[in-house]
Parts: sequence; C-alpha cells; structure tokens
Amino acid sequence: MSADTPLIRAEGVCKDYTMGRNVVRALIDVDVDVQAGEFVAVMGPSGSGKSTFMNLVGALDQPTRGRLTIAGRDLATLDDDALARLRNETLGFVFQQFMLLARTNALDNVQLPLMYTSMNRHEKRERAEAALERVGLAERMDHGPAQLSGGQQQRVAIARALVNRPRMILADEPTGALDSVTAEEIMQLFGQLNDEGVTVVLVTHEEEIAEHARRILRFRDGRLLSDEARQAA
Amino acid sequence: MSAVVRTERSGLQLSASLAIALKAIRTNSVRSLLTMLGIIIGIAAAIVAVSIAQGAGKQLTEQIEQFGTHVLQVRPGASWRGGRSQGADSERALTDDDVDALRDLDGIEATSGRVQASVTAVVGGRNRPVSLFGVGADFGLVQDWEIAEGRGITEAEARRGAKIAVLGTTVVEELFDGADPIGQRIRLNRTSATVVGVLEEKGAGSWGQDQDDVVWMPLETVRSRVSRSPQAVADDAGRIYLKVWEDREVAEVEADVEHLMRVRRDIQPGAEDDFRIANFAEFIRARNATESLLGFLLAAFSATSLVVGGIGIMNIMLVSVTERTREIGLRRAVGARSRDVLTQFLVEATVLGLIGGLVGLLLGIGGTMLAARLGEFPVLLSPITLAGAVGVAVLIAVFFGYYPARRASKLDPIDALRFE
Repeated sequence: MSADTPLIRAEGVCKDYTMGRNVVRALIDVDVDVQAGEFVAVMGPSGSGKSTFMNLVGALDQPTRGRLTIAGRDLATLDDDALARLRNETLGFVFQQFMLLARTNALDNVQLPLMYTSMNRHEKRERAEAALERVGLAERMDHGPAQLSGGQQQRVAIARALVNRPRMILADEPTGALDSVTAEEIMQLFGQLNDEGVTVVLVTHEEEIAEHARRILRFRDGRLLSDEARQAA
Repeated sequence: MSAVVRTERSGLQLSASLAIALKAIRTNSVRSLLTMLGIIIGIAAAIVAVSIAQGAGKQLTEQIEQFGTHVLQVRPGASWRGGRSQGADSERALTDDDVDALRDLDGIEATSGRVQASVTAVVGGRNRPVSLFGVGADFGLVQDWEIAEGRGITEAEARRGAKIAVLGTTVVEELFDGADPIGQRIRLNRTSATVVGVLEEKGAGSWGQDQDDVVWMPLETVRSRVSRSPQAVADDAGRIYLKVWEDREVAEVEADVEHLMRVRRDIQPGAEDDFRIANFAEFIRARNATESLLGFLLAAFSATSLVVGGIGIMNIMLVSVTERTREIGLRRAVGARSRDVLTQFLVEATVLGLIGGLVGLLLGIGGTMLAARLGEFPVLLSPITLAGAVGVAVLIAVFFGYYPARRASKLDPIDALRFE
C-alpha cells in the first residue's frame, strides 16, 4: 500500500437494517477519505448513523451498498477470518465502558489481542508492558480493574488497543463514563498518540471533546452532513 | 499490503484457551462442581458396572476353563412318587454298572465315578485335613487334570482297590515339605497307602478354595476301606463324571444320558427322574447371569446419569455464554475469529468433562472396591475401562458443549458488544 492510499475510503456507502417489515436506512451514500495520521472526531445525535459508520470502519459489519476500503482492503472481499485479522492487526478499539475482563490484571487485559497472534509468551509480555508504560501505567500492571480508577481503566483499554501496533484507533465515546478532568487527560493521551503517528477516529457528542481532533465529521439522519478541518487545539 | 510483513497468525493457542477455561471454572467453582455432578456419578457408575460385568465375564471364562464345557455330571436325586419328592433318604445310589453303561454310550469320551470324603492325612508326625476323592482311572481325563510326576491310577487299581494315592501339590508341600513323595507312605484315617503320583498344580478355584489340597485314591479303596459305613452300598460310585467328545453337541449327549439312566433305573414314562444331570457350562452361565444383570442395571443407570450430566454441561455452558456475551464481543473486536470463540468454549466444556471424569474415576474405583467387598462379586478394574470412562466423559462434554460453543461463535460482534 502506497503512502497516499487513504486508511479509510468510503465510496457511496449505504447501510440498511431490516426491522420487521421496515427498512431503516442507517447510512446513506457516505463518501469520505481518512488519511493515515489524521485525528478525526465523528459527531451527531443518536440515530444519526455515526455508530453505524464506526461499526463499518471497525470491520465489524459490511455495507449494504457502496464500497468501503480499510487500509487498502475492500471489506466486501474479506471473509470472517480476514476481517478478524484486519481488526487484530490494523485496528484498535476503545469503548465507552472500558470493556476490561474482570478479575484479570492490567497486563493480561492488555495482552488480550495478542492471544490471537502467533507471538510467543515473552514477546506478548514485553509488548503489553511497553503499551502500559506508554499510557502511564507502568506501576499498575498487576492491578485488576476493581483496583483502578475509571481513568486508569480507560488507559488500560487504550494500552490494549495499542498493543498490536495498529494503524488506527477507533474510540467510541471514550470519555463518556469519565469526569471532565479525567476526560481531558484521556484526550491529551489520544493527542500524544496521534502526534506519534497513530491515526485516531473517535465518536463523541461533546463539542469540547471533539475540539481535540483536527477534523470533525458530522452525521445527521444517516448522511454525512459536514466535514470540517480544524486547527489543532 | 506488500510493505507490511506480518507473521502468520495461528489463532488462539490451546494453552491460552485452557487458561481461560480454568479461570472461568474456578470463578464459579460451586456452580461448576454441581454441573459436573451428573458426569461424576455417571462415570463412577459406569466404572462399577463395567468392572462387575468384566469380573463376572472373567469368572465365567475361568470356570469354563476349569470344568470344561463338555463335561456332564450325574448324581442321585430324590425319587418321586405321586408328584411328591420322597426326600434325601430316598436317593438311590449310582453304581459301577451305571459308570460302565455310560462309558459305552455313543458320544462319551471318558467316564469316572467319584466319591468324596473328608479325612485326616498323616505323614510321619504331621497330619492335615484333606479332601479325599475316590476316583476311576479316567477321572483325570474327564477333569482335564494331568499328572505332573509319577503316574495316575490304573483301571485295574481302581477296580481292585489298590492302596495307592495321588497327591495335590498343597498336600505335598504341607506333609512332605515339597520333597519327592513318590514311593512314600501316607495314612488316610486308618488306611495306609503308597504315593504313586503328584497332580499338576491348579491354583485357587473361582470360589477361592485351594484345589490342590486334595488326595486321589482308587474309588474302591475309598468306599471299602477309608470311609466304610454300615449302610453304604457296596458298589456306590458317588457322582459320575462324563466327558463328551469335543465334536459332539453336549445337549444331545445329555439327552441320551438321561434316557439311558431312566431305562437303567426303571423309571416309568411320565415319572420324574430320580437323578440329576448337571451341565457345567449352563450352571456357570446361570450363576453369572445374576452378576451380569446387576452390571446391566448399573450400566443403564450410568447412561442415564451421563445424559443428564451432558445436559447439565450444555445448560451451564449456555449460561456461561450469555454471561460472557460482552466478553465474546470484545474478543471478536480485538481479532478473535468465530472459530477461536468456538474453540474457547469447547475447551471449557471439555475441561468440565475431564475434571468430572477424573473425579468420577476416583469415585468409581472406590465404589468398585466397595462392591467387591460388600457384595463379594468378582470385579475386574482394567486400565482400558478407566481410560475409556474418562474418554467418554470428555466425549459427552464435547457433544453437549458444541451447541453452546457454536452459539457463542455465531454471535454478531456488534450485538455482543452492546449486550447488557
């Protein structure tokens, strides 16, 4: 893949859901490119299609019509195994509710994506330790989720997203469960990661969170309403 | 993606699945134990059942080998009058003439009478209670019992009542310290005899009795000298043992024997026999049938329990899948293939089955030993049974765990992540 190939390329992407007899058009004719290294906020009220867009970009779903290419690979050409591999190697997910495994320490939580690689035990551990150091949790590796604050748990989740060195992090309302001070810290972390070259795409409905991004995509009623570039905050 | 070289993915490693499974089981240890109970009981019952059945089977084989399937025994029975048994006192003895007549019957290879007495054997200063058999020359042939040293009893000696004896190995050991007894004297009650042979060692019988603690003497010698009693019939042959030729049907020859004996004993048509014919193979089978039935009932119980155990595993795995829906969604998002999820839950079910099987194994061994002691059954705990039992537990777990595991693997990642 050449350097100027976009990381995300959506061409006329549509997604329909069938609810009983009704067809809900969740996404209508979305055309957008996201280049490697960008920091993009995806905004819109609930039902706007932003979550559907994120699911598609996360290779968790397939468009009904149109073409969606992630890291140069047309999703329609990939089977279940190839999609899993794409998620494992190219994407990192961060969720609003952290999604850490209970009764499992930070180090093991971070290693979760590596479980689905052929990496040896030693390498997995080194990678996980490096990822936790990168998010500032070098001292908390053996702590379980119950022993960590919300902000720390989200940092563990971000370390998990980073551990297999993805090209892009997809964050779905990553600060939604955090107080404003902690949310600010987490956003600064995303900013740092972006500065280091990781592409970040995050869904939010808060303007002050979106202000951390350099580009904002606004969805409404399944359509991409606006696409504005911003000066970095 | 030519610029990016990645190592080939091998998917979820087995050791990792195992760790996840053990953690899940440990987290819900009480629930897991209750789930395994059906498997535990089923496997334990299966082991007890198979051990008893195999024990009975082994005993059957041994007894057939011991007595032979082509051996018949004729013994006197109570006579009947007007449909009523006249009791033991009415028994009419079988005689030497009966033995001779049966010997000439078509299909009979060898015949011998056998009287039995419990006597004290004395050699030098030592004495010992032994079973004394008064037998004909062919008794060894009928019983398939060879002479190890010296010689057996000849026809002439059997008829004239020679004062000779053939000893079992136990008697030789106990009274002669294992030294060669041939040509030595042995006294049985008040009759002195010369030892002419030693029987081949037979070992313990299936009831545990020592078959080698025995002395054979000519039939005539025993009845006229050793165990002489006033009311004894002079030519009483005791019980008559018949060996049927290997290529003949035992049942047919048995019918001929019965017919001949009825004629000889002048039994009217329609009247009951006043003698009994025992067919050893049938006798042994009947005896073992009881034990086989018990084994069958236990096997049925065990199968039921295993199915219940399997359903228990399926149930708990469905609960586990539901409880961990979000975890499944997360795993899919970070790169688990649907077959990685399938493997994970199958391994968890397998571990449940394996632990249940191993606990059931211990319980089954204990139960078998208890049954052997309390019921005095012959049991056979074979390694194949034990390994097979654990294998069955695992198979059942995989069979019943497959549906929940497949359901987990087919979950839509998006729905699973959103599951509350």
